[in-house]
Amino acid sequence: MSFAQSWDFTPGARVVADDLRQCSREYEWLEEPHVSPDGERVAMVAALEGPAFTMAVNGEAWETTFDKAWYPRFSPDGRLTVLVQADGDWTLAVDDVAWEEQYGYVWNTMFSASGDIIAACIQQDGEYGFSFDGTPWETLYENANQPVISKDGNAAAAVVQVKSLAQADVVTFQEGIFSVAVNGEAWDSIFVNCWNPVFDPAGKNVAATIRRSLYDYSVAVNGKAWTGSYACAWGPAFNPATGAVAAPVRKAGAWGMAIDDAMAWEPRFGQLWQQAFSPDGSKLAAIACTRFGEFTVAVDGAPWGATFPVVTDLTPSPAGARFAALASDHNTNFAVLCDGKVWDGRYDMAYAPVWSADGAHLALAVEKAGRQTIVVDGKAYPQSFDKCYAPAFSPDGKLVLIRALAGGKCHRIVAPVTAFTG
Amino acid sequence: MKTIADRLIEDEGLRRGVGRLTPEKIQKVFKELVAGECGARMKTYMETCVRCGMCAKACHYYMSHKDPSYTPVAKVSQTMWRLFDADGKVDPEVIYQCAQVAYTECNLCRRCIHYCPLGIDTGYIISVVRRLCHKLGVTPQYIQDTAHSHSATMNQMWVKDDEWPDTLQWQEEEAREEFPGLRIPLDVEGADFMYSVIAPEPKFRTQLIYQAAAIFHAAGVSWTMPATPGWDNSNMAMFTGDSEIMARVERAHYEAAQRLRVKRIVMGECGHAFRAVYDVANRWLGWKWHPVPVVHSVEFFWELIQQGRIKLTHKFAEPVTIHDPCNVIRGRGLMEKLREVVHFLCDNVVEMTPNREHNYCCCAGGGVINCGPPFKNVRIVGNSIKAEQLKATGVHWCIAPCHNCHGGLDDIISKFDLNMHTKFLGDLIYELMEKPE
Repeated sequence: MSFAQSWDFTPGARVVADDLRQCSREYEWLEEPHVSPDGERVAMVAALEGPAFTMAVNGEAWETTFDKAWYPRFSPDGRLTVLVQADGDWTLAVDDVAWEEQYGYVWNTMFSASGDIIAACIQQDGEYGFSFDGTPWETLYENANQPVISKDGNAAAAVVQVKSLAQADVVTFQEGIFSVAVNGEAWDSIFVNCWNPVFDPAGKNVAATIRRSLYDYSVAVNGKAWTGSYACAWGPAFNPATGAVAAPVRKAGAWGMAIDDAMAWEPRFGQLWQQAFSPDGSKLAAIACTRFGEFTVAVDGAPWGATFPVVTDLTPSPAGARFAALASDHNTNFAVLCDGKVWDGRYDMAYAPVWSADGAHLALAVEKAGRQTIVVDGKAYPQSFDKCYAPAFSPDGKLVLIRALAGGKCHRIVAPVTAFTG
Repeated sequence: MKTIADRLIEDEGLRRGVGRLTPEKIQKVFKELVAGECGARMKTYMETCVRCGMCAKACHYYMSHKDPSYTPVAKVSQTMWRLFDADGKVDPEVIYQCAQVAYTECNLCRRCIHYCPLGIDTGYIISVVRRLCHKLGVTPQYIQDTAHSHSATMNQMWVKDDEWPDTLQWQEEEAREEFPGLRIPLDVEGADFMYSVIAPEPKFRTQLIYQAAAIFHAAGVSWTMPATPGWDNSNMAMFTGDSEIMARVERAHYEAAQRLRVKRIVMGECGHAFRAVYDVANRWLGWKWHPVPVVHSVEFFWELIQQGRIKLTHKFAEPVTIHDPCNVIRGRGLMEKLREVVHFLCDNVVEMTPNREHNYCCCAGGGVINCGPPFKNVRIVGNSIKAEQLKATGVHWCIAPCHNCHGGLDDIISKFDLNMHTKFLGDLIYELMEKPE
């Protein structure tokens, strides 16, 4: 049984913490609350006298204190992680237990989809790589950035610098000093730049955007570059069913979609990015600019009718090959786009949409006039909060978990989809 | 009349670049550029200039050297007209000359637009010359290195992913000695604004981050900085002509703000970054306006003062003058707000003449200072008019809300023994404000 399947989805409301300012230790201040995925715990960095830092979880302070603590994040399986420094060295602490290994710096905590594996970027003695559950890559690099881990957490990749570069050495740079390392092992091929490495769903293959010269953009899969040369290209994505690789590419001043180095969508867009396949691989969608300043979503190359100045957060459903996205008028007046239709509501801010497992329902947190709530299928929950975290559906998709803060308390509400009526 | 050929300066990047060219290759790239990227705007400018020379006195290079080959129209005649006249088929050495003019003798300050009876934007024409030079691989070494840095790290100064949050945490720790409880909030989703800076701040000018944090702390505002790339709002790729990298950098900047769900972006005191974020790169990406509202520090400080969030213990007593940075004054029209902020802070303000949208450029902007040591002397001598302008104020303090302006002004202050010092608005606010216990 997965962690999500173990959550309490009994309909009703509970207060998980009735005083967010309460802590078992005297503190100087508490930082932003983070709520666990199941909504049962609320955690904050607590600054203690000293100065020292620890985590307060439902008002109970961890036993361990640190010189610094930042970037608290719950793993998908509900463990609380935080990046910590003690005696000048950095590591990652999980549920009050720090990794034994320490590093010059640790950042960018990442999790496998199920949460069983925790990884983070590390720097040790000026070299860069990954640490998995405390175990670092065998090979570290002069630089490593744009990190990504596979869905199962068994692999990680990053763009790595494989040749040294003297100050202002433009020649060596243009000869190529970057590659992609997977589990610490760099591809044989070296490029001027590599960007946006991405794993396929099985975690076996990696694709990245590359630049072979200042003007020659393309895509490399497992180190092998496409033949095609493009004026520009954004990050690639794998088709989960076929393994084909799709990337937006620019030709003759317009953007199209290349799949396995052949033009699948003709270059006729002013912009094209954030492409995403449906999990069955049958559909490909991307955020598209159809005319200057007019954005929408295009599915299999066909743009939706409604356009907006800005479109973000393209999100495919886990089943049913549906797509949702957010639209805004320059970060105001947010709307939700779902399968080409525009929901009625308009919001001051909207957060990333979340699908039910069967793809039948869509939920998200929204804000209006300083108050937040959860909207499901266009209908708002009839109660507003100071802050709402991402909603979650029960495995059968009939119930919605609301995690929210209001009146200095942390609330946990399970409501049926039918309760969203606003 | 002298020409650019009489004052060529050796630069490794330019020399190596032209060594790979042939007239045929230049022509091919030029014709592709004109056909693919230059529309009615370029054609209109090419056909409407009446060679009246009214632009001459607009240019600080001309006003400093009094050499007609430095006038805006001469810069165009030595570059774009020459290329059009030859249908792009020119000797590689001509491209060297074009590059030196475009990258090091024009700050893209756009002052000359105000003097052209036909409104020709010489800055645009010179930007296209730079785009051509980029496509031909003929760019000055030092600014090209910054464009490389942008491409590899999404920041201008090769700052690595750990160095950014580590620096902020160091500044936060230092500031807590003075302001217990002060935070530099990293990656706080839902904050009112994301504060972005240029890479020289974490690299060399960390006190500016300290001061900004102190001001925001005193003002009690809700803010955050991204823990990931996208924090650097500068964009030297815009000035090398590498539009593709310019866009990639800007996309990272805006996506950081979108990921954090902030209401807007507040930018530090930088002019060129504002131009990239507010006007140029956002439009290359397809947005008509900015996808997340962008506010320059001048405007943000003005808001804080209007809202009574900044209170002073005293005002700066010594006379000061104001330098108007091109990109936020001619580019955004913040001249009056800048003055209101300065008058709030200072008792005695002596205006330069001319000022506001007619102010002379610092001669560092447009990427010129980033072209590095080979061109430094020309840049400084090329702005004696600015030195005269500063000297005429008779003051010892010059307020300039722009990083590049500080670089350019400090150089001419030193060269011409002006006995002046430059200050950011943040320097003054931090110095003068009531500090919370």
